[in-house]
Amino acid sequence: MHEFVSFTLSGVTQGMIYSALAMSLVLIWRGTRIVNFAQGAMGMITTYVAITVVDRGDSYWWALVIAILAGVIIGGLVELVLVRPVESKPPLNAVIVTLGLLILLEAIAGMVWGGRYRSFPPAFSVQGVFVGSSRINLSPFDIFTICAVLAVMVGLLVLFRWTSIGLRMRAAAFEPEVARLLGVRVGRMLTLGWALAAGAGSLAGLLVAPNVFLYPSNMDAVLVYGFTAAILGGLDSPVGALIGGLGIGLALSYIGGYEGASLETIGALVILIALLMVRPEGLFTRVAPRRV
Amino acid sequence: MTRMPGPLRFAAVRHGLVVIVLAAAVAGYTQIAGSFADFQLAQIAIYVMAIAGLTVLTGLNGQVSLGHGALMAIGGYSAALVMQHDPNGHLPLAVVLVIATAATAVAGGIIGVAAARLRGPYLAGATLALAVGIPQLAVARQFAHTLGGEQGLTVRSPQAPSFLGSSFSLEHWLSWICAAGALVVLFLLSNLVTSRYGRTFRAVRDDEIAAALAGIHVARTQVLAFVVSAASAGLGGALLGVVTSLVAPAGFTLVLSIALLTGIVLGGLGSIVGAVWGSILVVYVPQWSTDLAHSLSFSTVMGSYFAVAFYGLVLIVVMLVFPSGLQGGIVRLWGMAASRVRRG
Amino acid sequence: MLSVHDLRVSYGAVEAISGVSLEVPDGAVTAVLGANGAGKTTLLRTITGLVRPRSGRVAYDGVELTSLRAEEIVRRGVAHVPEGRGVIQDLTVDENLRLGALWRSDRDDRKKALEEVYELFPPLDTRRRQSAYTLSGGERQMLAIGRALMARPKLLLLDEPSLGLAPLITAQIMALLRQLSSESGLTVLLVEQNARSALSIADQGIVLALGKVVVTAEASRLAEDEDLRHHYLGF
Repeated sequence: MHEFVSFTLSGVTQGMIYSALAMSLVLIWRGTRIVNFAQGAMGMITTYVAITVVDRGDSYWWALVIAILAGVIIGGLVELVLVRPVESKPPLNAVIVTLGLLILLEAIAGMVWGGRYRSFPPAFSVQGVFVGSSRINLSPFDIFTICAVLAVMVGLLVLFRWTSIGLRMRAAAFEPEVARLLGVRVGRMLTLGWALAAGAGSLAGLLVAPNVFLYPSNMDAVLVYGFTAAILGGLDSPVGALIGGLGIGLALSYIGGYEGASLETIGALVILIALLMVRPEGLFTRVAPRRV
Repeated sequence: MTRMPGPLRFAAVRHGLVVIVLAAAVAGYTQIAGSFADFQLAQIAIYVMAIAGLTVLTGLNGQVSLGHGALMAIGGYSAALVMQHDPNGHLPLAVVLVIATAATAVAGGIIGVAAARLRGPYLAGATLALAVGIPQLAVARQFAHTLGGEQGLTVRSPQAPSFLGSSFSLEHWLSWICAAGALVVLFLLSNLVTSRYGRTFRAVRDDEIAAALAGIHVARTQVLAFVVSAASAGLGGALLGVVTSLVAPAGFTLVLSIALLTGIVLGGLGSIVGAVWGSILVVYVPQWSTDLAHSLSFSTVMGSYFAVAFYGLVLIVVMLVFPSGLQGGIVRLWGMAASRVRRG
Repeated sequence: MLSVHDLRVSYGAVEAISGVSLEVPDGAVTAVLGANGAGKTTLLRTITGLVRPRSGRVAYDGVELTSLRAEEIVRRGVAHVPEGRGVIQDLTVDENLRLGALWRSDRDDRKKALEEVYELFPPLDTRRRQSAYTLSGGERQMLAIGRALMARPKLLLLDEPSLGLAPLITAQIMALLRQLSSESGLTVLLVEQNARSALSIADQGIVLALGKVVVTAEASRLAEDEDLRHHYLGF
């Protein structure tokens, strides 16, 4: 029982990170109908940016801000330079471009920062907190992780629901042509969408790094988890991304806890395939009557 | 097409002749080149199998796979496991290779059944998970005992037959085996491509609904393409194990899968001939990268990153500049140049 | 005044518009009529920058539109209600309407325009927070027109507003367009297959056939001329 509670708690924490990554995949999918396979690698690069800032002696918070800003800038640039030309091409072209970017970023990280495993400092202690007299598997850093991801989710929700820029972004994603007729600069909205998504991806990279170490391909498996979470949530639904992330986090935590951590990727693979076979539209997508 | 004389009317005969010429060229080349060239030739041959297989799947049938490295791993581990159960080496290498190929074909069939229901980015994501996940199996505690964990399994090297003489080196023999494997794969795939099946592959790629209306069983065609493609990759993986006498998770990373994808993109996404020179580039690029790194007095590790960066750049640039692949781009450049010359 | 001069548009090898010239006078209702495939929709899409012409000019109030992008053209006072109405179903009624004026910086006037639209279309007023996909066909058309009016356009382009609507609803929509033009001086360019109801409110009629203008005439004359009607309009 104690074990189960412990795995559940770590599942929730990890799940929040996968939610953040799933969210960035969902944002990009909604806007451009592209799965950004480079999202994990973009988060890896910005985590290296953060560790460079920390190495210089600056604070974690300063590093966090710079890394997220770097993510936003990289995301926007990637959309403008690499994605814009393939948006109107067959889906395979976009898949190959983002995959090329994934591997290019990993190579750049290796060239600039070297390939060795580095530990990444967490913002808070990773020792579990005490509840009564027993230590539970939930550390201050875990609590920070959960709060940070929730804050980003709420921020995005507010942006999309209650601001005019969010309204324009949604219109550009749903009906780009109609949006243009209404004066929405759709291209800018897509760039902004990629930028915001990459910001969320950067956060995921920073939060996962203390757990998995930092090295050029450290996000490969995390990307698979985030993708599985996004599929679980329906790829189109931000709320689905949150729930999907938690679901995957819990499932993998139980698999890893009871069966060994190396089986987590296999577990994700099995869940992903099963999901795609049984309900490819995801578990949380509203199947709305679109277009009459 | 102009009518060809006699037996040359049959595609299989033409393909066979090309293969014989290539075999002679390979045999001649290995006579004059050193043992490092042998190793490179073996590598190229291995990549040819996997990349030609991937070409059939992605280029001709329109199904993307980011997980062919995982299929190579299945082939390699199958060969290693068969050899472990045959400690005295009774089984000829050819039998081991056939078993490994068959095992990978079965795995490809299973994956193919799932893949036939997936499209575009969904299929890409699922096969990416395959590339990341399958090598982890070897490390998992439940399988580490059988699959050797991070250390992997050793693979026995075959002996060169004695009639070739005592000076005939093992590297030499391995490169011949790999080249023979590649030529067999090329011959079979070329015939498949020009056959009725090749036409149904392309019909499904171009328009699934039209293909279905024309009486083609779309899902079955897609599974068949996956089986053929997996078998080619599996043979390549098994031979990779034989040549390096080791199969280990670190040999089948995501980078391998992406290198294979780079190969088909370089080869023009859909041409078997393109797959051959895509493979040559994919093998030589890391070599050149290492040389470049050394000449810039960087480490060998830096060279390997250069190579990976090159793969990434190739994938991006080719998609942005020549969406029909480098082969297509060169054909187009040729056409432009030729028409300029003609216009004078 | 909107003037189109020798416009040619093609999709690949197929020419959709082959040298169209026409003028849309200010403050009036002009109906562009013609069968399916006559090039009506392409004409509107070219005017608002969704399609690039191969050659020719489109000028509005002396400004050349063909070099502008769609999102800029609405800023010049030209609003386009696309075929099938283009209501964004995933957004609410209120969001759809607000979207129509977001490019305008005058926040107070945006609010004012919103209330005016709700006043003009009471059925929308009661459904502000509902998703647009819950609306009926007629309500969607109201929403699409209302959203276009949010931009306070001088020229309103409509692509087949009667498509899929009951005759009674069509008549209401047409009457409304007539009223907008007469009372507030809005210029209306209406593309319709339903020639009879379009001509009932139009001042001028232009008949397109196979990408060319075949007739330009006063709407009343067009409606009365039996030969023309039979030949081009099928009623």
